[in-house]
Amino acid sequence: MMALLRRDLAIATRSGGAAMLGVLFFLAVVAVIPFGIGPDLNLLARIGPAILWIGALLASLLGLDRLFQADREDGSLDMLVMQDWVTLVLTVFVKSLAHWLATGLPLVLAAPLLGLLMNMSATATGAVMLTLLVGTPAISFIGAVGAAVAVVLPRGGLLVSILILPLAIPILIFGVSAAYAAVTDPDPFLPPFMILSAIALFFAALGPVAAAAALRGASD
Amino acid sequence: MRGPMQAVATKLKGRRGDSVLFEDIDFTIARGEALVITGPNGAGKSTLLRILAGLLAADSGEFSLRDHDGTELPVSDFAHYLGHRNAMKRELRVQENLSFWKSFQRSDSGEGMDVDEAIDLVGLTGVAHLPFGYLSAGQQRRIALARLLVSYRPLWLLDEPTAALDKRSDRLFADLVSRHLAAGGLAIAATHQPLGLENVRSLELSGIHSAASGESWT
Repeated sequence: MMALLRRDLAIATRSGGAAMLGVLFFLAVVAVIPFGIGPDLNLLARIGPAILWIGALLASLLGLDRLFQADREDGSLDMLVMQDWVTLVLTVFVKSLAHWLATGLPLVLAAPLLGLLMNMSATATGAVMLTLLVGTPAISFIGAVGAAVAVVLPRGGLLVSILILPLAIPILIFGVSAAYAAVTDPDPFLPPFMILSAIALFFAALGPVAAAAALRGASD
Repeated sequence: MRGPMQAVATKLKGRRGDSVLFEDIDFTIARGEALVITGPNGAGKSTLLRILAGLLAADSGEFSLRDHDGTELPVSDFAHYLGHRNAMKRELRVQENLSFWKSFQRSDSGEGMDVDEAIDLVGLTGVAHLPFGYLSAGQQRRIALARLLVSYRPLWLLDEPTAALDKRSDRLFADLVSRHLAAGGLAIAATHQPLGLENVRSLELSGIHSAASGESWT
């Protein structure tokens, strides 16, 4: 399984890899907001966490459809599916993890830079980073389900996003509310953050099982 | 050494959509034997192989690998499947591709070959450091064959293994298969090429399709 993790990371970081694509998209989305909103620093600081979260959500959805499709195109997917059930679930888990490491983690690391563009305080930036760190893996894990369902479709990219978006909305809601709670005073930070963590754990357990079932069913 | 003694198919029936491609397929092959599946395009050779590999569900009937005392072994752990596509990443070097499969398809039924040794054996010494995408179609196919060597699994399921191979590589392929059989392996291949092997049984699929009886899509 370590070999699979290493392979997927190597592919994502080589030329034409998906790793940089998500970050660049994130950068583009967030960087144009101040130009669109205008130089109202207070407003930017207020909407900053939400914009960062929306940007990160869209950027994570961007490369999801390739998660299994690349393996299907070159025939590797047959070998992955040709395993017993538990190993297949574990394989999907590792692939989702590799996907997060390659596309989700860079978003978390890029967040402070973009926080500067949005005139966010250090606390707010820290809170956004922390919530993204917990929330983006959840998107990758539940995204694996969409990617597995759409794996046989040649242009499944948009379908994956549409399938996944309703499930990703709770992640967005609790991520943003936790990030806001860190800076607006009476609101407690911990409850929404705990719910976000719970969603992440739930998706990490459910996603690989559901995706493995979809892959088994999709083989033709 | 743990390994299956025989592969048994009983009354396999496969279909694609509404038409039955084949039914009542029965065969038994033992260690050291190979089965060649022939038939016109669309006769269901690939479908049969995918059913044997467990990638498709058979309509009815079953296929199993059995130990010498009759216990059933999981096909997923004891078989290599080589499909139309090579299962290699273009971005990665040949060496990386093969070492990945070597550790991913670990098996407890025997030791696989060294990666470099396998590359030598398919006659491509010196390409280990090249990205897989740089190789020609025939070379890519030979590297895909090398995957079967780096981790040992007794049953080989080969779908058009010699596609894109030239005459000389055809012979090389036949040598690889006979080595595998001599070492106590089993092979089931769908191919148009005569393999030039002894101990080969053949199974011809007629390519005459009949409509599926019973439930249809409604």
